[in-house]
Amino acid sequence: MSMQTVKFRIYRYDPDKDAKPYMQDISVEVDPSTERKLLDALVKLKVVDESLSFRRSCREGVCGSDAMNINGKNGLACITDIDTLKQPIEVRPLPGLPVIRDLIVDMTQFFKQYHSIKPYVINDTPAPDRERLQSQEDRKELDGLYECILCACCSTSCPSFWWNPDKFVGPAGLLAAYRFIADTRDTATNERLDNLEDPYRLFRCHTIMNCVDVCPKELNPTKAIGKIKELMLKRVA
Amino acid sequence: MSMAIPVRKFDAVIVGAGGAGLRAALQLSEAGLKTAVLSKVFPTRSHTVAAQGGVSASLGNSEPDHWHWHMYDTVKGSDWLGDQDAIEFMCREAPNVVVELEHFGMPFDRNADGTIYQRPFGGHMSNFGEKPVRRACAAADRTGHAMLHALYQRNVRANTQFFVEWMALDLVRDAEGNVQGVVAMEMETSEIYVFQAKATLFATGGAGRIYASSTNAFINTGDGLGMAARAGIPLEDMEFWQFHPTGVAGAGVLITEGVRGEGGILRNAQGERFMERYAPNAKDLASRDVVSRAMVTEINEGRGCGPNKDHVLLDITHLDPEVIMSKLPGIREISIKFAGVDPIKAPIPVVPTCHYQMGGIPTNYKGEVVVDGNTVKGFYAAGEVACASVHGANRLGTNSLLDLLVFGKSSGNSMIDFIKTAPKDLPELHKADVERSVARVERLNNQKNGSNVHEARDAMQRTMQAHCGVFRFKDMLAKGVEKILEVEKMVQTTEIADKSKTFNTARIEALELENLIEVAKATMISANARTESRGAHVRDDAADTPENPNGRDDQNWLKHTLWHRDGNRLDYKAVNMKPLTVETIALKTRSY
Repeated sequence: MSMQTVKFRIYRYDPDKDAKPYMQDISVEVDPSTERKLLDALVKLKVVDESLSFRRSCREGVCGSDAMNINGKNGLACITDIDTLKQPIEVRPLPGLPVIRDLIVDMTQFFKQYHSIKPYVINDTPAPDRERLQSQEDRKELDGLYECILCACCSTSCPSFWWNPDKFVGPAGLLAAYRFIADTRDTATNERLDNLEDPYRLFRCHTIMNCVDVCPKELNPTKAIGKIKELMLKRVA
Repeated sequence: MSMAIPVRKFDAVIVGAGGAGLRAALQLSEAGLKTAVLSKVFPTRSHTVAAQGGVSASLGNSEPDHWHWHMYDTVKGSDWLGDQDAIEFMCREAPNVVVELEHFGMPFDRNADGTIYQRPFGGHMSNFGEKPVRRACAAADRTGHAMLHALYQRNVRANTQFFVEWMALDLVRDAEGNVQGVVAMEMETSEIYVFQAKATLFATGGAGRIYASSTNAFINTGDGLGMAARAGIPLEDMEFWQFHPTGVAGAGVLITEGVRGEGGILRNAQGERFMERYAPNAKDLASRDVVSRAMVTEINEGRGCGPNKDHVLLDITHLDPEVIMSKLPGIREISIKFAGVDPIKAPIPVVPTCHYQMGGIPTNYKGEVVVDGNTVKGFYAAGEVACASVHGANRLGTNSLLDLLVFGKSSGNSMIDFIKTAPKDLPELHKADVERSVARVERLNNQKNGSNVHEARDAMQRTMQAHCGVFRFKDMLAKGVEKILEVEKMVQTTEIADKSKTFNTARIEALELENLIEVAKATMISANARTESRGAHVRDDAADTPENPNGRDDQNWLKHTLWHRDGNRLDYKAVNMKPLTVETIALKTRSY
């Protein structure tokens, strides 16, 4: 096995010892036959420098832990191929959220917005003994919506979210809002639209479409937001 | 020193926010009890999220099915090591908990009539083993993701109180052994607290990271098992580990059995559908232990694929691309990203990979922890960390998600009953366990000239992989025990250079390793002692007899192993062969 050197420029900040953040130039040897992903290289780096801090779990792009800013674009380290990246690979925490340490950001604001859209099916009619029926066509409406992994790549790439993280729900939260509006089993569409009828919560989306560009699951929050806006207009008419 | 440790008080504490923890939390929150759920990761990042193929329930939406057939398949799958009372309970409850999950908002795929879509899966048969049946309820190949999110969402509705990125360190027991709660560390600040409660549930998942190659997430470090073992609770049936037939070769990432459920075929280097030789009836949908052994046999006999002949191929090129896109989209994504092949055009290279721990903390079907025939007051376990035992020596695919729902709910209900009868005020906190836990962290913080965490973990993982894999050998197991005890010494003196109090992941990894090593010891020592072959535990020296052509020895080994940390002592307890209401499913030679 021939090893390959991967060069990094990594954002470092430990409030316990650093007065301010800095960029660290560091490199690591990887075996390109088995260590192909950015996460593999970061895990290797942590063996060299155990103080490097980042979140990671499933390492297959489904848990949403290892979102970070990679050469200027948000993505998941575990499904990003090293050989697609220009070196030195510049790795920073997700933009727009407070940094706790190194690549670990405080996601409180992001989850607060997600929770604000009431992310659960609302249906006050008595449940039948068996499943609520749903046609295949109606179920298909949820495709492209329910797969969100809450990694925050989208919301933290959105300028509207950067300026108003406390007021604008952001692409992830709005995608989830539409996931429940689109679900034929949910009976709270009106309540959900009321909840978003606000100059900031929904209408701060200016269809910049960074969210679509960065989503590691290839989802389309902008389209979902457009559909919510359409429903709002229909409601007025 | 523990005098300074702050104490937070609750009715119930749940450690772990995967499927089992969230399902239990829902029961408790909806009952209005003050409940804390601790998790090392944000709940939707728990490893349940990675489950793919489905959750089993005999809904019979596509063809006739019955919980009794499901029960038969589960007992047979367990190679008769599963407890038949717990298995009956699980299979009977399955339709209820799956329908409930649908009502919670789970986006199941649908049949043309609007009912939940079900697909065939390994070992799922109709009419007591006759022919494959559609029992796995699926949301494409993202069932775990859809389920975990639906359960989290329902908990948001129920106002469950989460402590996100908190790692539980140790169990607290009083002088009589009753459980009082846990010691836990807030990862962001490294602050240590006691969470005291009337009832404590471990739903911490598995420990697949004891092996070098695993489908498991980084967080699957057996924290509940380590805590239980240190607190004097034995671990049951730890020699039984499931090697999933289809991990992506080289990467270890899981490819669901649902691929074979949808018609996928395993092929060797000659292009042969070799499962026809090993399981003439069920073929590629035989039980996982059977398929994994067949694959390793093919590879060992020189019929592996690739330049190193070290894997076989999972072929779905004959399927309609529409089916692949609609029913297996996640698999296509994983295959392209991790194997570099589009399965519509070329087969996926796969190899058996450590996947699931059948053993765990001994419980009954109510989720109560049971030691020496008595329940441990205030202590519950559910999900992969627990051993009810429904999976016995080999788990059926999709029974893991079912286990989370059924036993998450039943343990939640047991906790509610217990809390209602418990004294209103919490008893005085027993300090000894708190002090031991704090001392453990201080040992790590102050260690000088110690061993390296990465090197110790690496040594453990390599030892487990080489000495306790799909096929096991007498000599290798004996050597493996020696080696693991050597690794344990390294773990006892691990040293970290990073002393920061802010989100110190080096410290977390060192603490996780202290849990993993308990699981590794339990596994190796239990496997070394069990001299038969059963389910996922297959040894070269197990004697084949006419009654037991597969090396199973019911006369001597139809019993559960119990490993005690203290002195690495083993003892055994009988398998419960008596179901709740139906007749015993009698011992039989297992073939598919």
